[in-house]
Amino acid sequence: MAVSESEESRKRGVVAVVEPAGHKLPLSMAGPGAMGKTGYWRTQRPVVNTEKCTGCYLCWLYCPDNVIEMVPGKGPRGQDIPVIDYDYCKGCGVCAAVCPVKAIDMVDESKFLAKEKEEGDGNA
Amino acid sequence: MGMPKLLAMRGNEAVAYAAKYARVEVVAAYPITPQTIIVEKIDELISKGEMDAEMIHVESEHSALAATYGAAIGGVRAFTATSSHGLMYMYEVLWWTAGSRIPVVMAVVTRAMGPPWNIHVSHEDILATRDTGWLVSMAENNQEAFDLTLQMFRITEDPRVYLPGIVGLDGFILSHTVEPVELPDQETVDEFLPPRRQPYVMEPGEPKAMGNLVPDEYFEELRMDMQQSMENAVKVIREVGKEYAKYFGRDYSDLVECYKCSDADYIVAGTGSWMGDAKIAADKLREKGYRVGVMRLRWIRPFPWSDVREAAMSKRAVIVMDRSLSTGHAGPLFLELSSALEAKPSMIGVPAGIGGVDISYEDIERFTEKAIQLVEEHGRVYIPAMWYHLGKIFPTYPSSHVKLD
Repeated sequence: MAVSESEESRKRGVVAVVEPAGHKLPLSMAGPGAMGKTGYWRTQRPVVNTEKCTGCYLCWLYCPDNVIEMVPGKGPRGQDIPVIDYDYCKGCGVCAAVCPVKAIDMVDESKFLAKEKEEGDGNA
Repeated sequence: MGMPKLLAMRGNEAVAYAAKYARVEVVAAYPITPQTIIVEKIDELISKGEMDAEMIHVESEHSALAATYGAAIGGVRAFTATSSHGLMYMYEVLWWTAGSRIPVVMAVVTRAMGPPWNIHVSHEDILATRDTGWLVSMAENNQEAFDLTLQMFRITEDPRVYLPGIVGLDGFILSHTVEPVELPDQETVDEFLPPRRQPYVMEPGEPKAMGNLVPDEYFEELRMDMQQSMENAVKVIREVGKEYAKYFGRDYSDLVECYKCSDADYIVAGTGSWMGDAKIAADKLREKGYRVGVMRLRWIRPFPWSDVREAAMSKRAVIVMDRSLSTGHAGPLFLELSSALEAKPSMIGVPAGIGGVDISYEDIERFTEKAIQLVEEHGRVYIPAMWYHLGKIFPTYPSSHVKLD
């Protein structure tokens, strides 16, 4: 069937049918961000300590939002490490809870941002 | 090409045959009086090998519509039927079906809502679907129940519409009453009704999600699209109704049926089978010198706004027969017609016949004459609920500005 989507509609999770009547439909195709960037919902931020990380993939496996990507061989000991997509991570903390070596810390998001801003200002 | 055949059948059977002629492939149903015969008849047609469809026996009406909708979203023509409490149990799924823009056809055999328990005709069940986004039509007789069901498939599957549709028929008065019904031959139906179309199909291999969370503005825009589709539906109904006349000889291009309206001073308006009695009442009143016409709403959604205005705006008074009441205000049809007519004519709402209380043409003649006399006595009147019960008028809330007794 002729279901199509514009980039905008895909971003918003709504698909339009092109032919022949151009209805808007409550459909979303597989892909990130049907509800927009959900990272701003976060109050706690997972921060990965790559020194401790063993590259076991458990955080990647358990992440309910599928926002963790494992990057092969990029750890300090050549291990695979998780990289978190903060645009969509809602800060649920499941990754930190399942990490067997406690390599993920949940830190306060607003304090993290304030500190980041301070450091940014300092550099300028 | 075969010939149409004239058979005697109940309204329920007429609807079942329409589903068969439409080549419905899936029916999911749960029995509830007075529609049970529809699905029994379909079951019988399937078991005799006359209808090639899957019948799913489910555990509730909520599941009946959910399974019908599930089949439809998977790409097949699907059908179900219900009544009263069954329809209320489906209510959530009505919104899912319409909101997802999936064409489905359902028959609603109208019946009162309990308590107290009552299985007889009332319109409170079907009129509770007004806001859901389904098209809603009402038959006057068994032939029309057949014809509207067949047309409803074509109308709802038109890409300009893509909304589900309900065909209403009065419990017992039509559902269990034998009338002559002309059945067409299958070849002609196949020419009239093209293969199913729908906006999308859920199928393996092309993953998509329906009904996901969306930003609020998008939600509102989807509702705006549905409202636009209802406007399109007015045009599609006229087109399909005209086409139907070409194939089957009966014209459904009008969303309202007007009987002797053109020279009338007074219009009796309403929907369903009792409008046939209203026509007799109009003739009787004409013998007494009152020029009365009858305006029957064949469609409730889309509301036949321009048709109603054209037929009744310039009349002296409109008397609205309502077989249900929005308790605490007036009858739903009275409210809708008052709005569409900007209450320019005198308006008198008559709740009557609720819970199957029998209303004959003599009753209609009686309350219409009473309404006419009020208009003649007072000039303009606006009476939301002049309840008629067992031959007497009962003034009810909202209080009228004229004394009724």
